[in-house]
Amino acid sequence: MLEVRNIDVAYGDVQVIWDVSFRVGQGEIVAMIGANGAGKSTIMRTVSGVLRPGKGQILLAGEPIHTVEPYTLIEKGLAHVPEARRLFPEMSVEENLDMGSLRGRARKERARTKERVFSIFPRLSERRRQASGTLSGGEQQMLAIGRGLMALPRLIMFDEPSLGLAPILVQDIFNVIRTVRDEGMTVLIVEQNVRQTLALCDRAYVLENGRITQEGAGADLLRDPHVKAAYLGV
Amino acid sequence: MKNNLVPLVVLAVLAGLPLLGLNSYVMHILILSIMWTLAGMAWNLLGGYCGQVSFGHAAFFGMGAYSAGLIHLHLGLSPWWGFLVSLPLVALVALAMGSVVLRLRGPYFVLATLAIGEVLRITCENLTDFTKGTLGIMITRTWVEKTQYYYIILGLALLGFMVCRAIVHSRWGYYFVAIREDQDAAESMGIDTTRYKTIALTVSAMLTGLAGAFYTNYMGYIDPGVVFSLGEISILIIMVVMVGGVATQWGPALGAGIMVILAEYIRSLPLIGVAYQTMFGVLLIVIIIYLPNGLVGDWPVLRRKLLRRGATA
Repeated sequence: MLEVRNIDVAYGDVQVIWDVSFRVGQGEIVAMIGANGAGKSTIMRTVSGVLRPGKGQILLAGEPIHTVEPYTLIEKGLAHVPEARRLFPEMSVEENLDMGSLRGRARKERARTKERVFSIFPRLSERRRQASGTLSGGEQQMLAIGRGLMALPRLIMFDEPSLGLAPILVQDIFNVIRTVRDEGMTVLIVEQNVRQTLALCDRAYVLENGRITQEGAGADLLRDPHVKAAYLGV
Repeated sequence: MKNNLVPLVVLAVLAGLPLLGLNSYVMHILILSIMWTLAGMAWNLLGGYCGQVSFGHAAFFGMGAYSAGLIHLHLGLSPWWGFLVSLPLVALVALAMGSVVLRLRGPYFVLATLAIGEVLRITCENLTDFTKGTLGIMITRTWVEKTQYYYIILGLALLGFMVCRAIVHSRWGYYFVAIREDQDAAESMGIDTTRYKTIALTVSAMLTGLAGAFYTNYMGYIDPGVVFSLGEISILIIMVVMVGGVATQWGPALGAGIMVILAEYIRSLPLIGVAYQTMFGVLLIVIIIYLPNGLVGDWPVLRRKLLRRGATA
């Protein structure tokens, strides 16, 4: 579904991603884990077209996407639930969801998808007319995910969905991600919450200082001595 | 239903005003207020809804004004044709300008617009053969009476009002607000942000140009220092919107009325009258601190405060 081949990414003169390659297969949940500043969000931003790789290729279903305009990606089936939610704070919950389905098939299916989002997150349904800036952190995260789902993407990317949420909400959000996958979407997730993420995902990549140092099945990495020592604190 | 009726009632009242036989000074104030309403609505589309704050709208105002002046000077045409000439000209310049400055964000965009307004003023001052430089251009006004001018600017403002209203309530309006709220997120929702910012800029510029072309016809005299002025045009447009209400339908109209009357009043005061722009600066600071959304935008807050005071008194 998504294939990233040997990308380098730099902010000005400062290179932060070095020769990173990974792939996300159809129907998989793939996680990218790493410490603060390892380059996780940079990779996400590069895949979603906000940043351009200095070298290498990014292919979505075999088609190169690192050269196209970022606003066309959503039509190609790639949705991004960005870090810190990035909602439109003065728009209502419902308007935010509508913004997620501006084009093509998503637009035609808008009413139906919205009902589905509301059934996944009943809280959003109760607050559909409220300005999104006034929601709690957990509700905002639900809305950001809902907005991503509105695009009916083939691949949905989550950037730190558990950021700043209470543990019980984190569990809810992770359950939703599992549901999303079970409905046929492919998931790429970037997280610092390593234990829960590894338990959720099929495969994971470990990112350290802008390079991928390890990869494997989530369950295997959970038992890996290096991962245990560096990220799980045991 | 109620919302559709309000503009009609306002329009009917405004259309009836000259029948009251108002004196020519009051008519002058009304005409200027409506002209600034038009410019304010235009600025509001770009600055209020789309979030791209421009400090250079004098560029478009001045171009509209000079369209009218120059066709009269060089071609001997009636300056009223300035409206038609200004539209494609201003649109073209806005498109060219947009392709450069709309790549910039935040303060960089603001500074770029400010620079363009000033560049046009200086160009206009120095192209003496073409524009007569700081001597300015004088035209003969068509009417001595104000009434005709009043109905013309009212018609133009109505056109501007309907254009802005139609855009704000359309899909474009939502895109503009999305761009204002979070440009990267808007882009990842599939909005071609550059394209929609350019649309906002172009429409805004064209409406501002119409106000400028009207200015030439009404005042009968223009020079670069006035119509490309940073303080008297670019910043006054922003004041009109800030005082009235950013991203509101009626804010520019209210703001324009207040600013025009205030400017006239302060200028008439002895001693401090010459410092009226300083007063505007103070007013702007007060507005930003206490009513950041302007009188219309913060009306619910204002009303609550007034009611509470009324209840305790």
